[in-house]
Amino acid sequence: MTGSTATDELRHTPLHDLHLELGARMVPFAGYEMPVQYESIMEEHRTVRGAVGLFDLSHMGELEVRGAEAVAFLRYAVVSDPGTIEIGQAQYSMLCDDDGGIIDDLIVYRLAEQRFMVVCNASNRFAVIEQLMTLLEDGDLAAEVEDRSDATGLVAPQGPLAATVLARLTDLELDQVANYHFARGEVAGIECIVARTGYTGEDGFELFCDASRTRELWKAVATAGAGDGIRPCGLGARDTLRLEAGMPLYGNELGRDTNPFEVNLGRVVKLEKGEFVGRPALQAVADAGPRRKLIGLQMVDNAIPRAGYEVRAGGDAVGTVTSGTLSPTLGTKIAMALVPAPLAGIGNEFEVMVRERPQRAEQVKLPFYRRPRD
Amino acid sequence: MSYPDDLAYSREHEWVRMDGSRATIGITSFAADELGDIVFVELPEVGASLKQFSAFGVVESVKAVSDLLAPISGEVVEVNEALRDAPELINSDPFGDGWIAVVEVTDASETDALMDAAAYGQETA
Repeated sequence: MTGSTATDELRHTPLHDLHLELGARMVPFAGYEMPVQYESIMEEHRTVRGAVGLFDLSHMGELEVRGAEAVAFLRYAVVSDPGTIEIGQAQYSMLCDDDGGIIDDLIVYRLAEQRFMVVCNASNRFAVIEQLMTLLEDGDLAAEVEDRSDATGLVAPQGPLAATVLARLTDLELDQVANYHFARGEVAGIECIVARTGYTGEDGFELFCDASRTRELWKAVATAGAGDGIRPCGLGARDTLRLEAGMPLYGNELGRDTNPFEVNLGRVVKLEKGEFVGRPALQAVADAGPRRKLIGLQMVDNAIPRAGYEVRAGGDAVGTVTSGTLSPTLGTKIAMALVPAPLAGIGNEFEVMVRERPQRAEQVKLPFYRRPRD
Repeated sequence: MSYPDDLAYSREHEWVRMDGSRATIGITSFAADELGDIVFVELPEVGASLKQFSAFGVVESVKAVSDLLAPISGEVVEVNEALRDAPELINSDPFGDGWIAVVEVTDASETDALMDAAAYGQETA
């Protein structure tokens, strides 16, 4: 395992210089210096909803899990069942601790019968590796874990025109690559894993390549999409996009003190698959029902809810906003919040404390935004 | 960057345009650019007393919440109602249509604690 160094120096993705050339505003994020926006978060957000935006996600962690018993090992380590997906398919999953708390949320890609790519949050990369290594050492399954993060570049064209733009650069039949599936092949002459996954609520792709070719790949996609109004998008737009789409973010909705059932992701947990890490605790939550529930709020009063703001019901403090923003697509002020499960119900009234004043909000269905499908 | 010559500027990136005993106040283009897309402004109430360099309102961008700090003391006599529906005016025209409030100034000599355009330009260079 690669240890983190003792310095406070921020790491750079292979596209760092390119971001500076593009005039990005850079911020520290998960130990990296990353672009939060180029020109305007609102414009970048709208570009992804209406056309196609391009993200640098090279900071994310990519681990390869392989070996004669890789399937058995992953089935034990994560809460989903990666044994049920086919080669070329991806699965949303989570790594939980013995108490059922969430160590990270992940996407597991099946590369071969006994070989997987596990993509995790940059901020949790070392925690995920540590957990997997501990489980390997404590068990007797024939599997190994390799941290491929630094060797891997990740460029993500996201939006309704992503497939149109990508089709100009590859011979792969993109119509054959369904949502949460992937293919391997060349994009602009660069060997890639072309995955139809993302974190924006739109159609789109995540292109994994050798780190040394990331810049070339980015330039090719940017050039191919120039006529379609493609623009580089930063972490600011990524956050508002995923929030509209009701997708949880580790550190906001997800953490060691939350379990999958509280955040409406109980369906990810396959209790029937046999023994796995956290199963007794998660079974107990499933049986009793989660104590808290993640809900969607839309503000009635004119104020923007933000992460950490107190949520009240009938004047009593009952919970906390986990994420909130002005929704660029809907124009409304929206939030996700964790509240006691018995208080949750569509149409229920809450107040969010904004600068010491209660502001009315109503519970609405999640997600706030669902893309139009034909 | 250059700034309008007829205004006075605070270190906290607010501007003042004096007109007799009244002053129009707003935030500078530098502050607007730093904040990014402004999506919400909490305006003071007409009649509110502002104290120089103290918070009198809030401006929110997509990512951040920032206090507005009064560049001069006085009583609010008018607020820019247009900002309630179009807070982005602060981005598009910070020294014009994006003005925030008009105050009846308590002590005009407080402008001595502010900068002229050249000094503010150096401050933000």
